[in-house]
Amino acid sequence: MSAPSSYESALLRKARWRPLEFVVWAAAFALPFVMPSHSLLVNEIAIVALFAMSLDLILGYTGIVSLGHAAFFGFGAYTAALFAKLVMPDPTVGLVVATVLSALLGLLASVTILRGSDLTRLMVTLGTALLLLELANKLDWLTGGADGLQGVVMGPVLGLFEFDLFGRTAAWYSLSVMLVLFLVMRRLVHSPFGATLKAIRDNRLRAMAIGIPVVSRLVVIYTVAAGIAGAAGALLAQTTGFASLDVLAFDRSADVLLMLVIGGVGWLYGGVAGAIVFKLLQNWLSAVTPQYWMFWIGLLLVLLVLVGRDRVLKPWTWLGKRKGSRA
Amino acid sequence: MTETVLSTQGLVMRFGGITATNDVTMELKRGARHALIGPNGAGKTTLINLLTGVLTPTSGRISLLGEDITTLAPHKRVARGLVRTFQINQLFDSMTPLETLALVVSQHQGIASQWWRPLGATQAVTERAAELLEQFHLGDVAQQQTKFMAYGKRRLLEIAIALACEPRVLLLDEPVAGVPAGEREELLQTVAALPADVSVLLIEHDMDLVFSFADRMTVLVNGTLLTEGDPETIAADPKVKEVYLGHGEHAHV
Amino acid sequence: MLTILFDGIAYGMLLFVLAVGLAVTLGLMNFINLAHGAFAMAGGYLTVFAMQKLGVPFLACLPLAFIVVALAGALLERTLYRPMYGKPHLDQVLFSIGLAFMAVAAVDYFVGSSQQNIQLPEWLRGRTEVGDGTLLLGMGHYRLFIIAVCAVLTVVLQLILSKTRFGSRLRAAVDDPRVAAGLGINVNVVFLLTFAVGSGLAGLGGALGAEILGLDPTFPLKYMIYFLIVVSVGGTSSITGPLAAALLLGIADVAGKYFIPKMGAFTVYLLMILILMWRPQGLFTRKGGR
Repeated sequence: MSAPSSYESALLRKARWRPLEFVVWAAAFALPFVMPSHSLLVNEIAIVALFAMSLDLILGYTGIVSLGHAAFFGFGAYTAALFAKLVMPDPTVGLVVATVLSALLGLLASVTILRGSDLTRLMVTLGTALLLLELANKLDWLTGGADGLQGVVMGPVLGLFEFDLFGRTAAWYSLSVMLVLFLVMRRLVHSPFGATLKAIRDNRLRAMAIGIPVVSRLVVIYTVAAGIAGAAGALLAQTTGFASLDVLAFDRSADVLLMLVIGGVGWLYGGVAGAIVFKLLQNWLSAVTPQYWMFWIGLLLVLLVLVGRDRVLKPWTWLGKRKGSRA
Repeated sequence: MTETVLSTQGLVMRFGGITATNDVTMELKRGARHALIGPNGAGKTTLINLLTGVLTPTSGRISLLGEDITTLAPHKRVARGLVRTFQINQLFDSMTPLETLALVVSQHQGIASQWWRPLGATQAVTERAAELLEQFHLGDVAQQQTKFMAYGKRRLLEIAIALACEPRVLLLDEPVAGVPAGEREELLQTVAALPADVSVLLIEHDMDLVFSFADRMTVLVNGTLLTEGDPETIAADPKVKEVYLGHGEHAHV
Repeated sequence: MLTILFDGIAYGMLLFVLAVGLAVTLGLMNFINLAHGAFAMAGGYLTVFAMQKLGVPFLACLPLAFIVVALAGALLERTLYRPMYGKPHLDQVLFSIGLAFMAVAAVDYFVGSSQQNIQLPEWLRGRTEVGDGTLLLGMGHYRLFIIAVCAVLTVVLQLILSKTRFGSRLRAAVDDPRVAAGLGINVNVVFLLTFAVGSGLAGLGGALGAEILGLDPTFPLKYMIYFLIVVSVGGTSSITGPLAAALLLGIADVAGKYFIPKMGAFTVYLLMILILMWRPQGLFTRKGGR
């Protein structure tokens, strides 16, 4: 019968790599070669893109609205920085340690997001991030408090690649980590597991009614997302050499939310696209109006929502009525 | 002597001052085509919610296939074969029927926790999903996002999802509610064609459907079991007639 | 000890007046408005401006703040907020954060980022002490005034809700907007008035409490979490819920900062998370409420 195999290919087609994807990734890795002076920017973008994708796992795919995802990002940053200073300066080991510990924190925190409405979840995620920020502030003997943790010197990546002044090693390091974790996330979202997440997002009641163990899924994905966010934070600390309180600030959580929204939720590349647009915008606006950056971000958010999130990347729909039923 | 697959003993559900379910004791036999009827607000959906674990009873017990499931989590009841449909469609709007059914079948086949293989990779899953799509005439909308589907098709999907769980006990909550007359036939045929050893409890207001489908009926009024028996006896019962006609209900009784 | 309790109550009542508009907006329109603090800030800055540039006495600034901010709220409701009601919560969050950011940046631009001070009138600057030793109750007159004003407002609000026709229309619209509309209640007008009054109260709270809370452009972001705590812990199905939550929060915050200054706001956040985990619907929501 041809029907099942055509269904099979329809399902598999969604998981297959598109040629454009290879181009994008190749271009990303080529950038530090081609434009070495922009390596630091590439590094920054890779880090926040990874952060944004981790948020997409819980927000876009599972429907958990979090205003405090920076908690894990910041935790990962501080952990990596402390590990490098106190234990050993090897980047990869530090990265793994930071990721695992952030995931554990996510596991702990996941019990807070299981019940309640969107507002409740907003509150507990915000509260968790603020809690960590307070802790980091008060435990200044450990974290350096408001001054931050300075002088984090990293050893060579894999014992071979020294961090150079241009930031090329940093950029490739971050891009590689991002690629590896992206591959994991990509597999996950197209798998049956990923489908259960989407089901939980769309209709939690029905997800339960078809036998999906909703609570354990939420715990797992929150843990994974926290770990990946922690990895992104670790990369930041390792490639910039310090960690400060702003890695835990509300701004971080809001910024990453904005990135995801610009690029589109529920589509991993949305995090990447959003990160690129956001960072470039930030660079440009900081040069133009250094102090009032917040105003333009605010305006962007308002317009974004008024226009409609799904239409942002489709400028032809901005002025007309909503288009019909294209998926 | 047919075995009992699902039963309740003294089930009570109180919400503050309201008793929605009042000491209900009932049995569902294997292979049953059992209808649960009663006027609006009688507590039929509450009973279904209790059976499936969405609500926790104030007191009383529920048994499924000989096992006490009173405190068992809802998703575990599904794994044991107790499946329901919803009166108001509860679908996954952003997914297509193909994805939805592939997911449900994956869940039933125990591979829904796999994260490293894509959703379409298991042949057994896609074959069963294809079967269901065919059986429920969803082939032409199989790859359309559920939110854009017509109501009748959505209703078919609603039932298909339940069947994809391979139920042993199926609770149908007003399956033809809101379905236009032209599409009811399709739905009714599918309901009638359910395997003989699947035990079905049907909630319905449409008396034609009830009488053509059921071999046993339970009447629920104000959360209390009024009477139980075969369709002819129930139809002739003066108490039942009063409950329906006395309230000004339109009934085909 | 008693003084701490007293200060906590004053703080709590102030938080209540500031947050009650948010609670009602959420309960009524199911709209999460994270820009609510901006209305409070507006009331505060308006008071500073009126007092310093126009010589308006402090007492007169309070109703002025209420009216002006209420009007601004009505305007914003009609133009910007109304299209947002049906949108998903994430959109509302993003939208209102955006508005908050714009407000913060705008105030920073026009007025500068330093903290503003309000010259309280003489009669509010005193302090009365009652009792002694551990039972010493030191009542700052300013805080007494705050408690008095907020208490009056609370009573008035409760009376409006339970005794007036508008109140019953509001309660009907909160319970079920479609049915309420079907009964001929003009839901749009109810929304507009409620939003305006809620914003006005925030403005009044901002004017009233600027001296205690500290008025600078980051006000909306700093206090957003507190307002949200009041609303999510207190629930949105009554006025007394948020009131109790606000008092709890006020006392916990003041006591926490006094007894364990090292941990400061940490205890408040932790308590909030624990409470929300225990009762996700809020401590004081009646069963079935939102």
